[in-house]
Amino acid sequence: MKTFALAGNPNCGKTTLFNALTGATAHVGNWPGVTVDKREGTYKGEGGSVHIIDLPGIYSLSPYTPEEVIASDYISNGKPDGIINIVDATNLERNLYLTTQLLEVDVPVIIALNMTDEVEKAGDKIDVKALEEELGVPVVQISALKKTGIKQLMARAAALPAERKGSTFFEMPSEGDMEGAIANARYNYITEKLSPAKVKKAPKGELTKSDKIDGVLTHRVWAIPVFIAVLFLVFHLTFSENLFFLNGFTEEMGWMPSLVELGLAAEADGEVVYNNFGVEILSVFYDGTVYSPGVILTNFLNLFLDHISDGIITLMENGGAAEWAVGLVGDGILGGIFAVLGFLPQILTLFLFFSILEDSGYMARIAFVLDRIFRRFGLSGRAFMPMIMGFGCSIPATVNTRTLADEKERTATIRVIPFFSCGAKLPILTAVAGGIVAAFGVGNADVITFGMYVFGVCTAVVCVLLMRNTTLKGETPPFIMELPAYRMPAFKNLMLHLWDKTKHFVKKAFTIIFASTVLIWLFSHVSPSWKYLPDEEMQNSVLASIGMFLQPVFTPLGFGSQLGSFGWVFAVAAITGLVAKENVIATFTTLALCIGAYAGNGTEEGVEELAGLIDVIAVDSGISRGELISALIAFIIFNMTTVPCFAACATAKAELPKGKFRWTLLFWLSVSYIAGAMVYTVGAYVWTLAIWVVVIAAAVAGIIIYNKRKKNECC
Amino acid sequence: MVKLLSEFTVGESGKVKKVNGEGLIRRRLFDMGVTPGAELTMRKKAPLGDPVEITLRGYELTLRKSEAACVEVEL
Repeated sequence: MKTFALAGNPNCGKTTLFNALTGATAHVGNWPGVTVDKREGTYKGEGGSVHIIDLPGIYSLSPYTPEEVIASDYISNGKPDGIINIVDATNLERNLYLTTQLLEVDVPVIIALNMTDEVEKAGDKIDVKALEEELGVPVVQISALKKTGIKQLMARAAALPAERKGSTFFEMPSEGDMEGAIANARYNYITEKLSPAKVKKAPKGELTKSDKIDGVLTHRVWAIPVFIAVLFLVFHLTFSENLFFLNGFTEEMGWMPSLVELGLAAEADGEVVYNNFGVEILSVFYDGTVYSPGVILTNFLNLFLDHISDGIITLMENGGAAEWAVGLVGDGILGGIFAVLGFLPQILTLFLFFSILEDSGYMARIAFVLDRIFRRFGLSGRAFMPMIMGFGCSIPATVNTRTLADEKERTATIRVIPFFSCGAKLPILTAVAGGIVAAFGVGNADVITFGMYVFGVCTAVVCVLLMRNTTLKGETPPFIMELPAYRMPAFKNLMLHLWDKTKHFVKKAFTIIFASTVLIWLFSHVSPSWKYLPDEEMQNSVLASIGMFLQPVFTPLGFGSQLGSFGWVFAVAAITGLVAKENVIATFTTLALCIGAYAGNGTEEGVEELAGLIDVIAVDSGISRGELISALIAFIIFNMTTVPCFAACATAKAELPKGKFRWTLLFWLSVSYIAGAMVYTVGAYVWTLAIWVVVIAAAVAGIIIYNKRKKNECC
Repeated sequence: MVKLLSEFTVGESGKVKKVNGEGLIRRRLFDMGVTPGAELTMRKKAPLGDPVEITLRGYELTLRKSEAACVEVEL
């Protein structure tokens, strides 16, 4: 089978072409030597199958960032049967710079001229024949997005000669500053010989739509407020249970009647019974407040999952299944997995918004707007991209740091990525925040959630500052970056992103999380002498013993020994979270269902279980409200900033320079422990704030004085 | 008249005369098309005055003032 590599500038439609070529067979391949993410797939055409490799985007063959090294190494040493060079026709000059370099390598090349439709829409035309004649290799017009020209492209690629001698198109300058002279000669050649192939018709100087949008989004005054508003809107549409604050900004201002108040449902034994199925459907959208799209989707899925799980349990009970079997299936397996699956809609909604922001070109503008601020912390605006990706999942975010050229900047960025709370940590935030609101009747769940995100970002900022001033000192890396034209995000691409995410998530729920919940249930229902224990005797289980043993470690963070006889649940949840963060809530739900702490007054999975558990603990341990709330917030913060899941750790280990991973693990543990302890102690005993302020001030002063001395010594 | 790109005001255009600086920054500027002879226009400055956005070779490039100071431009 022949192998073709896709090469081209970043953002020229390479991955779109890759997906169009390989269709559903695309997979992420693990490569020896290089870590991850050089993707490969198979194109099945009329003339047989072809192996396709998607290389990271590059501007030239002189590598600059780690991902560019991967691509240029492969082109020079990978011996592909041919290179498909994708050229963005809307940006011909700069794209052809790489083309002239590729043509110097001894390898067959075919040029795929992408986005010609956009050029034609603007009134310009490209003379493909002239381009082909000048370069001496086939040029095919395609639209990767609309999937046109792809068959012709592959047919001509198949007909490429097996070998091609590299050729230089310009006269090598003989003397002087070689680097500059060569680059110059190359561009001169392109402007003189190749650019005339593009016939301009469109009048210049007019403000395009893109310019007008840009005028607002990167406006000197409005850019930052607009950015904050966009972020807030994204979170609001995903998490809010009070859409656009229609029901007022505070609880007292609320005027919308609940379904029970409307007489459409009745409350019995703390559980809401709807008059008919229609009302139950209505409750997905509205119950006392109007829900946001993210919450509506969650409610829908949970309604569905609840009916399935009720059905299975009823079936088992009627069929005379043993008590332990019903417990294992109902509380262990279904309780755990469904609680996790229930968060999929919100994760997808958030991911969709971020994909839209990224695909439209707005994210690159944000890097532009924020660079000045990032520089203060010793990072470049580029570091913003992997960080914001961290809100989706730490793994692609960590891989994305390859776009950062500076090793120290990369290390610092990889270390703080977990603080940008990922999708899997979201259930911890919403369930615990929801639990606090439901159990104590204080606060507002989406404000707490948003606050936790902000806290994570602040922690990241503080840590970057700390590292760049102590262990990872260095010059601020350069920031020379293309700002892509604004584009309407392609619906198909968005759906592909979402589908990928869904597959990944569901697979995880039914493998790792499934196994973990079964194990948790088993260990919580078995005594150290391997006897089955019913729910009421869970205190004597193996799991409880382990949790109680570990519990004192978490006492300074508020969720240790002081939580009384059920405090071990938190210790166990924190530990299971190391495998996968979804486990934290799966563990809670499984254990809370067994403890019998089901308050049953919400529609969201996980929330009512947690609220119930909080009630039980509050009564059992007798600690004050303020202390318990602080402990719960500290618990969120600990989980948010601690060592990420196994998969993220493995990626970080692969991407970090040698020997840095051990310190990174230690770093994550200390940050989460200190941050958790700080929040708890200050929340529970305000006077401790004074101690923290003194300690932090001393540390900062120490670093500044030390750095000043160091500087004086060397200069 | 020759002026450093970092001293441009929004809307000014010119032709690149010389690219100073060293190593990575210089090569990166070349790769992105900032070579002697290239025509460019200062498009805008970020809200905090830095980095700046320029148009050259039909696309938008952003760079910091400190990097723009490496580029000498003939007005």
